[in-house]
Amino acid sequence: MRRTAVLLALLLLAVGTVAAQGVDPPERPESAVEEETGGEERPSGPEEVVIAPAHLTNTVRVAALDRVFDLQATDHPNDAGGSVSLAWDFDIKDEVPDSLAVIRRGPSGVEERIATLGGISTRYTDTTVSDGDSYSYWIESLRPDGTPAAVSDEADASSSAQWIHSGRVAMLIILAALSLIIIYYIETAKRGKKLYIREIAGLAAVDDAVGRATEMGKPVLYIPGIMDMDDIQTIASMVILGRVAIKTAEYGSALMVPTARSVVMSVAQEVVKESYLQAGRPDAFNREDIQYLTDDQFGYAAGVDGIMVREKPAAIFMLGTFYAESLILAETGRSVGAIQIAGTAMPSQIPFFVAACDYTLIGEELFAASAYLSREPKLLGSLKGQDAGKLFFIILILLGVIAATIGQFWAPLSSVADFLRSLVAVS
Amino acid sequence: MRIVIPLAITFVAGMIMVLNFFVPHEPFKLLGDNLQEWYMIVASAAIFLGAMNLLHVHFRKIRLKLKNWKYSPVTIIGFLMMLVTGIIYGVVEGMPFDYLFQSAVVPMGATMFSLLAFFVASAAFRAFRASNWRATLLLTSAFIVMLGQVPIGAMIWDKIPLAKVWLMSVPNTAGQRAVMIGAAMGVVATSLRMIFGIERSYLGGTD
Amino acid sequence: MAGMIEKMGNLDRRIIFILIALSVIIPLALGLIFPNPVGAEPSRALFDYVEALPAGSSVLLSFDYDPSTMPELQPMAMAMLQHLFRNDVKVVGMALWPMGASLGQDAMSSVGDSLGKVQYEDWCMLGYKTGGGVMIVRLGSGIQAVFPTDKDNVPWSEIPMLAAYSTLQDFDMVLSLSAGDPGIPAWIMMAGDRFGVPIGGGCTAVSAPQFYPYLGTGQLVGLLGGLKGAADYETLVREHPDAVGAEGGRAVAGMAPQSVAHLVIMLLIVMGNVAYFAEKKRKGGVK
Repeated sequence: MRRTAVLLALLLLAVGTVAAQGVDPPERPESAVEEETGGEERPSGPEEVVIAPAHLTNTVRVAALDRVFDLQATDHPNDAGGSVSLAWDFDIKDEVPDSLAVIRRGPSGVEERIATLGGISTRYTDTTVSDGDSYSYWIESLRPDGTPAAVSDEADASSSAQWIHSGRVAMLIILAALSLIIIYYIETAKRGKKLYIREIAGLAAVDDAVGRATEMGKPVLYIPGIMDMDDIQTIASMVILGRVAIKTAEYGSALMVPTARSVVMSVAQEVVKESYLQAGRPDAFNREDIQYLTDDQFGYAAGVDGIMVREKPAAIFMLGTFYAESLILAETGRSVGAIQIAGTAMPSQIPFFVAACDYTLIGEELFAASAYLSREPKLLGSLKGQDAGKLFFIILILLGVIAATIGQFWAPLSSVADFLRSLVAVS
Repeated sequence: MRIVIPLAITFVAGMIMVLNFFVPHEPFKLLGDNLQEWYMIVASAAIFLGAMNLLHVHFRKIRLKLKNWKYSPVTIIGFLMMLVTGIIYGVVEGMPFDYLFQSAVVPMGATMFSLLAFFVASAAFRAFRASNWRATLLLTSAFIVMLGQVPIGAMIWDKIPLAKVWLMSVPNTAGQRAVMIGAAMGVVATSLRMIFGIERSYLGGTD
Repeated sequence: MAGMIEKMGNLDRRIIFILIALSVIIPLALGLIFPNPVGAEPSRALFDYVEALPAGSSVLLSFDYDPSTMPELQPMAMAMLQHLFRNDVKVVGMALWPMGASLGQDAMSSVGDSLGKVQYEDWCMLGYKTGGGVMIVRLGSGIQAVFPTDKDNVPWSEIPMLAAYSTLQDFDMVLSLSAGDPGIPAWIMMAGDRFGVPIGGGCTAVSAPQFYPYLGTGQLVGLLGGLKGAADYETLVREHPDAVGAEGGRAVAGMAPQSVAHLVIMLLIVMGNVAYFAEKKRKGGVK
């Protein structure tokens, strides 16, 4: 077991080292113009676009531009249709035009100026086309008085909608595979196969914490983080709240839930109510104990600190998304002598919780809590699937690190590394 | 039925959002955008629920003279003052609402934030004990980072800031990534459980 | 002796609080200034990147914070603006946080005035827009649609410098001063990864560790972490031969109290450990 941990630590260290040495920075093509102007080492924009050197903005905008060339019109990729992307380049002789006009000829043959741009623009997206029709575009560079100085060649394009986002295909496949693995393990678990789940100290302590509060006749305080219901950690927190509420209902101790968002308050009220119903104690449910404080981050921290100091809860749960208020809450909770169980997937807040709380659920443990507490086979199955997914990524990372490292000396492997990177890159 | 309808809504909305990410074509884009807007509308409407709850809880406390009821008038007065000045004068600069915000809310927020300095000290004092080799490792790295983060570190030895940068960009980065990847897997699994209705404890149903 | 050691091990937190308060107040009151040498840190990487921007380049500076984190982030804004303006870089400001817009406008106008830069020609403040990452994506297809006017409701078309910008890609880099969410991660994911605009920035010391992974991959060109990052940038800006009239920064002044406070915390930790081991030895002896 320890050996596995050491191996994992070494692996992580390797990942960190390779990344820190900059083996795999995203490739950025160098602009051709920059090379001419002495090659400032400055990454430029995305692949298909060449940016005009910015220092030209400073020159006096008097003379006209010789020509705009290499105009390319293409269907705007990965959209719902209705737009065409234009990109072009300049022939520069230390002069920039005052402005540029984008001209379009539609399917009916009507010519119209669809935009006037700043003199250094090199791209434009026309979002007013209809799919399937062919349009012709050209660019005119204009003098300060508005007369055209030069005209580019014409470029034709028509727009269309895409059924699949080309930059996300690999991710779709990975997601589908992960989902299948998870569903497979859920089915296995449903058929009654016994699944092992390791001990998570923080979750094993939930019973003790609620029991202790009951013995001392003090309330349980549940803090669901400061983000709204559209944050997955808040959703996970609500699921755990349901489990904790069943326990407080069974033990008969008071449960207080102060929230920083109104939607979270409404959801928490329903969740706790359902749990009390399920535990057969609907009479013990007290809607006033689940209250909204404020949306303001530190106002909320002050309000919760006040509740801790006045009510002196015996057990405090802090599960969800936390920012800088994490330690303010956890230290105050500690000072009133509460047993504290925290959990978050915010990497920068985990150390604070570890230092100030009795138990901390780190990252994914927060999402595993519901399965752990309920021991429902279906939920446990999904945990197992999650582990399989993690194994997949560990292997992928390992292969990537090896390929990128050896690729430094032996070119073929670096293209393998590039391929692996492209698998997980999302645009 | 009581559980089936919410589960069906979760499934449909969840699938729309997933498809919206992978399929740029209509109708998914429109549906996805609409769902996000609906959430904004629901959340905005819920602010009234929150405000009503706040007033209800505190008026009830005062009426029934519950424990610590004396704090409740402060909350209610503060709430109403901000609300009334905001409605009457608007929220632009130089108006009473802005004045209250700048000279009361802002300094109080800053005060809460600066409490961190004190709490970090007391938490560090308690947490950093060299009780075993791993804790000692943690303690050592904490000292290096603390020294590297201030000029004194470089005065003692000019390599300390470099050691700090190494600690931050190699072991720290590795740990951060591990947590991020693990959490991301958790997010995928949790989302799947919700979308497919496997997790339904939040609706009060176990099976 | 044993009693004292025990006391040392369980020091009342109020004593710790007083010690920390004194360690900050005394150096501030004495006006102590420590030299602040800057090594090969992410702050230097950011400075070097900005330094390499040719005159006339454009930077989008996003003020993604509010007054509660101002002590750490405002000095960064001031130092960055001094650097950008000194190098004749055009600066367009905006904010992902509502309060950031006025903080940004204050910083831009005060630094701009001191270096003779003109609003609407050398800099302008577009203001705040809600939406975080979603809004940044929209900037990628058209800035004017998102910000039809600047913060003071001056129409886009009446601001001469804005004619040069149609989308996010027209900027040579984005700098985000970020106190939380939305902030640097949103800029990296949307502006950096989707539109290829280089991203740099500054953040509170608490959240700095979270951004180191992005430095490794090059998704962030450099980073200022907390007051130390701000002090580094101030030092680098001032050390430069062109540094005419650069003011002594507030962040550098903050390094002395921070140094003393760190030393005090380390001393406390050492004390706690001495007590811990003494206690352990005593208990071991009894056995």
